Amino acid sequence: MRRVGVLALQGDFEAHGKALEQAGARPVMVRRVTELDGLDALVIPGGESTTMLRLLEDEGMFEALRVFGRQRPILGTCAGAILLAGEVTNPPQPSLGLMDIVVERNAYGRQLESRVVRLEPEPEFARAAGEGELEAVFIRAPIIRRTGPNVRVYARYLGDPVLVAEGRHMAATFHPELSADRRVHRLFVEQVERGAATAG
Amino acid sequence: MFLDDAFRVKVGLAEMLKGGVIMDVTNAEQARIAEKAGAVAVMALERVPADIRREGGVARMAPIRKIREIMEAVSIPVMAKCRIGHFMEARILEALGVDYIDESEVLTPADEEHHVDKRAFKVPFVCGARNLGEALRRIAEGAAMIRTKGEAGSGNVVEAVRHMRAIQREIRQLTVMGKEELAAEAKRLGAPLELVEWVAEHGRLPVPNFSAGGIATPADAALVMQLGAEAVFVGSGIFKSEDPEARARAIVKAVTYYNDPQKLLEASEELGMGMPGLDVAHLPESQRLAVRGW
Repeated sequence: MRRVGVLALQGDFEAHGKALEQAGARPVMVRRVTELDGLDALVIPGGESTTMLRLLEDEGMFEALRVFGRQRPILGTCAGAILLAGEVTNPPQPSLGLMDIVVERNAYGRQLESRVVRLEPEPEFARAAGEGELEAVFIRAPIIRRTGPNVRVYARYLGDPVLVAEGRHMAATFHPELSADRRVHRLFVEQVERGAATAG
Repeated sequence: MFLDDAFRVKVGLAEMLKGGVIMDVTNAEQARIAEKAGAVAVMALERVPADIRREGGVARMAPIRKIREIMEAVSIPVMAKCRIGHFMEARILEALGVDYIDESEVLTPADEEHHVDKRAFKVPFVCGARNLGEALRRIAEGAAMIRTKGEAGSGNVVEAVRHMRAIQREIRQLTVMGKEELAAEAKRLGAPLELVEWVAEHGRLPVPNFSAGGIATPADAALVMQLGAEAVFVGSGIFKSEDPEARARAIVKAVTYYNDPQKLLEASEELGMGMPGLDVAHLPESQRLAVRGW
């Protein structure tokens, strides 16, 4: 069973832990640089990206995550997607630059614009993870404003990409960990298993 | 009720605040200091609870201009307080677009019998509680987050500890009761049976359970986290201390590393004097804020 870290500085890391278990991985909560050792992959949860940045910088973990991401897969949801981005706006802030996406924070507006919607995912997602509509819980969500040429779009909402993959990484602007549907986590874990098999 | 999309979106934001610190601020500059220090949200107020306590008079919803100034200053969620039962203050805050409303005992109650019908709102609410019955009554009214009341503005953590321990103890007791005992317990708690049964089955509240009221140091924050809080509100504790910026950062760190004494030592190391505290045991009933709400 793959050991998948969950960055547990702040946010809904426990929900990701449960989701990973259900998807067939072993979750490991990560609060220190040394806890990244020996992990096959990492999840950066939802929460406040400014809070996570503060703590990452204070713990000297920012650079360690960047190095980790050059070798291992990372799944980021909401705040996690913001941290993975190449560029962040509204307002601009530092990010890991592991995915070629430009992300605008709080792009739908404040909490009153938060919502649960059902999406028809792109055919590529359906082929990889299974057919059927996908529930998406958006909480003060960001919008992916630009995607690089190697970014694959798995789902869109109102025309904007909300679930994307590039190389080994995945990002969602919504919270799959807050839904019962486990396809997103399962797809990530399967990819981790395949990656580890070819590497190992 | 917990499967309803509208309610899940309200609880969803509370989920995102877990493991974080929500800080009271009274202007844009304090809000920016809080955000920079790592606050997950700020509570926009006209006066912090320690000043409300000192100055007395009727404490109302903060001036709109002030809340708006704070909303424009930061990118993190902004909460604001309405008086208990004052559903029109709540309507105005909802129209303003705040991210969460705290129906708070820190303000002077507007209704001594009824709380706001929070299900009727799109904006989520947090409410204070001293025990499980109070928590479940607020959830039944539509609160999407519960916090201990503690004793706001006292700088004394003893009431927050009492309330968090009471809630956790009463939850544990429910989990070992037989089905027929739950109905009697629901009556004793003054809470709907449906919610009592839910808690008995799951061993937790159906919404996130945070702590507030008297938290002034990193050690206080770590203590309430150890007792089962999922996040922490700090009111007067930060901006009434000698060193607000350093203290804010230290408390943020303490909530993340509440299980790590070495990190807690680091967080506490450089701090000066905390806010002046009050001995709650000698506080007359009329000056206690926690007894407001029913």
